[in-house]
Amino acid sequence: MTWRIEVFIQLKEGVLDTQGKAVEHSLVSLGHTGLKRVKVGKYIQLWVDAPSADQARAEAEKMCADLLVNEIIEGYTLEVEAE
Amino acid sequence: MKTAVVIFPGSNCDRDVICAVRETLGREVIPLWHRETALPAGTDLVILPGGFSFGDYLRSGAMAARSPVMEAVVAHGKKGGLLLGICNGFQVLTESRLLPGALLPNDSLVFHCSPCHLRVERTDTPFTNSFTPRQIVQFPIAHGEGRYFLFPDELRALEDRLGVVFRYSTPSGEISGEANPNGSVNNIAGIISEGGNILGLMPHPERVSESILGGEDGRIFWKSILSFFEKGGKSNGL
Repeated sequence: MTWRIEVFIQLKEGVLDTQGKAVEHSLVSLGHTGLKRVKVGKYIQLWVDAPSADQARAEAEKMCADLLVNEIIEGYTLEVEAE
Repeated sequence: MKTAVVIFPGSNCDRDVICAVRETLGREVIPLWHRETALPAGTDLVILPGGFSFGDYLRSGAMAARSPVMEAVVAHGKKGGLLLGICNGFQVLTESRLLPGALLPNDSLVFHCSPCHLRVERTDTPFTNSFTPRQIVQFPIAHGEGRYFLFPDELRALEDRLGVVFRYSTPSGEISGEANPNGSVNNIAGIISEGGNILGLMPHPERVSESILGGEDGRIFWKSILSFFEKGGKSNGL
């Protein structure tokens, strides 16, 4: 069975998010004065063949540890659904 | 002294480094494609050069750090072999966890390509023994993602063990915000491993190794490495 996994990666709190700051300044200058804060992260989709959702999740978590996420500066969440 | 320079897809300072080491030291330099799985026999020094390996996709240095050759490079470093990462090579070393921390986009969001002053903080390393203590040198920088980052506790540990080798400074040697081109914590431009054999730095010594390039401070860097070996220093690599 094929599973679609969505990976949401964000910089950890305490790490300056330069992209978020730049987007925030731009939005404020466009008149969005109620804007409090912007954080920019990464969104990655994976399609994985696995017997169960749990196994697909475990495989995706290994991919995050192996390459997709730098745990020194980033955190992530996963969502798994049947394709 | 035998040097291997690793070339990843997207490396673009490999030839500069090869030229700088050959011209300055007259010693053997072997280019090594990233798909190789072993270092040339008798390699004393491995250099990971600057560039934009794998297009800087995902995170700069992330894919290069997982290249086939890196298993041998990591083994070389862990055995005490001399290992040097310049610019993108520094990013590869942090992504490989051979050096602590991470290199993030410059706080200015601007790619900086300019001459840059550095203060040499350590002159007892294989890479810096020919500088004078606290010498101010000029190596150029050329990076968009050079903001060295560590959380405060780890930063304190790095400073306590005197792991910082180069800091961005003013021409007179002051460590100030104005001298910091990218927002690096504590103006850090280069750090060394606890074992003292793995160095990463963002500025480019290979670009100031001949006077025609605008400076010769880089020669002191290369000569330090040669001097280390000539004085009986051992690179316990593979």
